[in-house]
Amino acid sequence: MARGGLHVLEVSNLHSAYGRIGVLKGVSLEVRTGEVVALIGSNGAGKTTLLRALSGVQPISSGEIRFLGARIDRLPPHRRVERGMTQAPEGRQVFGPLSVEDNLRLGAYMRRDGEIEQDRERVFAMFPVLREKRHLVAGGLSGGQQQMLALGRALMGKPKLLLLDEPSLGLSPILVDQILAAIVALKASGITVLLVEQNATAALGIADRGYVLETGRIALTGAAAALLSDPKVKAAYLGAD
Amino acid sequence: MAEFFQFLMSGLTVGAVYALVALGFTLIYNASDVVNFAQGEFVMLGGMVTVFVAAAGVPLPLAALIAVTVAVAVGLLLYWLAIEPARGAPAVTLIIITIGASILLRGAAQMLFDKQFHKLPSFSGDAPINLFGAAVQPQSFWVLGGAAVIVLLLYVFLERTVLGKAVLATAANRLAARLVGINTTTVMALAFGGSAAIGAVAGILITPITLTSYDVGTLLALKGFAAAMLGGMGNPLGAVAGGLLLGLLEAFGAGYLSSTYKDAFAFIVILVVLFAMPQGLFGRRVVERV
Ligand SMILES: Nc1ncnc2c1ncn2[C@@H]1O[C@H](COP(=O)(O)OP(=O)(O)O)[C@@H](O)[C@H]1O
Ligand SMILES: [Mg+2]
Repeated sequence: MARGGLHVLEVSNLHSAYGRIGVLKGVSLEVRTGEVVALIGSNGAGKTTLLRALSGVQPISSGEIRFLGARIDRLPPHRRVERGMTQAPEGRQVFGPLSVEDNLRLGAYMRRDGEIEQDRERVFAMFPVLREKRHLVAGGLSGGQQQMLALGRALMGKPKLLLLDEPSLGLSPILVDQILAAIVALKASGITVLLVEQNATAALGIADRGYVLETGRIALTGAAAALLSDPKVKAAYLGAD
Repeated sequence: MAEFFQFLMSGLTVGAVYALVALGFTLIYNASDVVNFAQGEFVMLGGMVTVFVAAAGVPLPLAALIAVTVAVAVGLLLYWLAIEPARGAPAVTLIIITIGASILLRGAAQMLFDKQFHKLPSFSGDAPINLFGAAVQPQSFWVLGGAAVIVLLLYVFLERTVLGKAVLATAANRLAARLVGINTTTVMALAFGGSAAIGAVAGILITPITLTSYDVGTLLALKGFAAAMLGGMGNPLGAVAGGLLLGLLEAFGAGYLSSTYKDAFAFIVILVVLFAMPQGLFGRRVVERV
């Protein structure tokens, strides 16, 4: 089997900048089929920039992105969605004036198959509160509900690789657990996940492997369990002292 | 009383045109954040192209269709040649670009056509219809009906089709729109094309009443912009209400106060409203960015 067949995502030597200020300075990482990979790092490390570059909404200056074996770094965002890479962005970014149902429908914007309804039912089964509020505008939902909606909207794109940017940010511990459980369930259903988190304990707790991003470079990588017990990771990201 | 209805009907008729121009502003503004001051030129193109194509012997409905097509093509060219390349530029730069485009279009119209006023025949004759003692031109009903049909079509498009919802989504959150796979460039092009079509239809409908010339777009863009501001920039229903209100203000101001100052009068009312309510009468449609 070709090497690309095992890898959903291969990023090599990716550079990206805001104006003259370099933010990604040669990031390389890979995500294999069926994995949950955690990407941790402190605020400002470049995690969001990396996910945006993967989705094609942040320009890159050099480097390669391969998705399912094919180069995608020149493709516009909608072509990447079409190939099966979707994202629940940082800060949820729901379509505030549109209904919950419309938000979900737009998540499936690039799809032409006939299973959009079934997938919406699946999202409703996963987050029943969204079914209850399906006709309400998304802007009126609580933070936790908006996060569920953002996740559901990304799932409606039928992703092979799901990019999640800080899904636990600003949520109560109960809601964090609910979101984490949802991610575990997604993995079980065969979706590959790249999970960005500042909440390193939570992320590494459900991940297979992890990467530590420090000021635009991968500083450390390994199995999630190994990272969790790594003294450097503990000191810097796990709040242990 | 007859006088009142006379003013009411003429106010609503011209207000419907302002409403359509304001709707064009709103559509483009929502999709792209651009305030398009070339909006009035679409109205001019609608009227002028119809006049000249019809004068060449083409039946009126076909001439009108050609005019709408020309306006849409101009709208798309404006987007692709002037707006899209300046993507990411500050709002003021984009406004200056649209003002430049409107000057260019006016100059081109002056050279291609002429500097005369032109009239189109009324669509169903000129025999006035008596309404509560007021003598109303049949063309007024064409203008009001046409505006109503456009508003309805736009509503159905935005609320009932996935593509329409993609337009609303782009207006609400461009980043999220791109992340779900909406090609926001296409949506913006669609907004420019749609606005051009709406403006052109307005120009065709009103020309039998107000005449047209190469430079009617300037004042119409101002009035349409004022109407959009009055209703609350970004709100389609506000645009329609603002347009009708502006038309009524002008008609009643001219009728009961002074026709010399009808433009000034309407603008003073708008300034007062905006001073008291900076968001316009209907505010901006609430967009949550969490
Ligand atoms: N739109 C922007 N313009 C300029 N600089 C930015 C922008 N967004 C992020 N940055 C900078 O890029 C760096 C990485 O940001 P980000 O990718 O958001 O980090 P993280 O998601 O890891 O917190 C930070 O120093 C941040 O200040
Ligand atoms: Mg971030």
